[in-house]
Amino acid sequence: MNLFLLFLSALLVNNFVLVRFLGTCPFMGVSKDVDSAFGMGVATTFVLVVSAAVTWLIEHFILGPLSIPFMQTTAFILVIAALVQLVEMFLHKTSPGLYKAMGIFLPLITTNCCILGLAIMSVQNAYNFIEAVVFGLGAGLGFTLALVLMAGIREELRFADIPEPMLGAPIAFICAGLLSLAFSGFAGLI
Amino acid sequence: MAKSWKTLVNGLWNGNPTFRLLIGLCPVLAVTTRAVNGIGMGLATTFVIVCSSVLISLLRKVIPDKVRIPAYIIVIATFVTIVDLVMNAYLPDLHQVLGLFIPLIVVNCIVLGRAEAFASKNGVFASMLDGIGMGLGFTWALTVIGAIRELLGSGTVFGLKVVADGATTIGVMSLPPGAFITLGILMGIMNMISARQKKRAN
Repeated sequence: MNLFLLFLSALLVNNFVLVRFLGTCPFMGVSKDVDSAFGMGVATTFVLVVSAAVTWLIEHFILGPLSIPFMQTTAFILVIAALVQLVEMFLHKTSPGLYKAMGIFLPLITTNCCILGLAIMSVQNAYNFIEAVVFGLGAGLGFTLALVLMAGIREELRFADIPEPMLGAPIAFICAGLLSLAFSGFAGLI
Repeated sequence: MAKSWKTLVNGLWNGNPTFRLLIGLCPVLAVTTRAVNGIGMGLATTFVIVCSSVLISLLRKVIPDKVRIPAYIIVIATFVTIVDLVMNAYLPDLHQVLGLFIPLIVVNCIVLGRAEAFASKNGVFASMLDGIGMGLGFTWALTVIGAIRELLGSGTVFGLKVVADGATTIGVMSLPPGAFITLGILMGIMNMISARQKKRAN
């Protein structure tokens, strides 16, 4: 039950993009059409789950026993960068179809702050291994949901009559604000 | 001299990372509930940009091209760790508020972006000026957004009460939606000013 609450809270109540502001750059950059938004979301979810598991292991088997917590940021970001590269190479060799769909998004994911943010948060909240992975999955799906919703809105915005200075990013931010307002309605859920 | 000046002021308006390039947005939205947080976050990021730009510019002929991104990330992560520890020691309150977003300066696209686009191609002095310009451009953007949200959300600016007692404040401005809406409107205003400047120049 606790795991389900954790999942739901990462997915909706504390949505990574709209409430916690992690991963806002891809949220604005890759939300121009629904297909690429979905691709980016799936690729990010995949990396989030894998990196949640790997950084948990690093924290508990390397940084903890050696008592070097000050190396956390450096160690995590290196591991994440290497991991993303590894996933890219692995997909390239094993499933060209999936690589084609996710490939272009993978290099961007290293600098997506939700990956490092999630790793640091799950250390701060002292999650166990399963909780960390579930947290990663919920966060990833929440990111995908926000991205796809935003892309849907932006596809419609193209046909809207918008004052010239507000065209493009400014109106997208205002829509994101309204979306975020809608998401704050989930706060009563837990 | 004129060129150095241009490098310095580029980040303040024309190449402003927040309003123009739309990079490094996560801290812009997340920590700007108060003007003071904006200044703190901005200056912390400025320190990281300037130091890492200088170091990367010094090492630009030593770092092999193929592994440059991991090398840059290590340099940046080192300075971020320094900021994190120093703030924790001397400014514990601010450190508490900014929390997660201090270590996340590592993945702030502005820092890596300047390393890749400027410091890896230019001399030390120019890279330092570019870093200062970008950092201050980021800082003023954060401070302005923070001040607006603080004023509308809780009726204070820099912690000083400015609205009359009993005046209604818009609580939602302190909450996440307010961040998106404030940034959107400010960007629209920036676009309007630039369009007007262009028209006058023609």
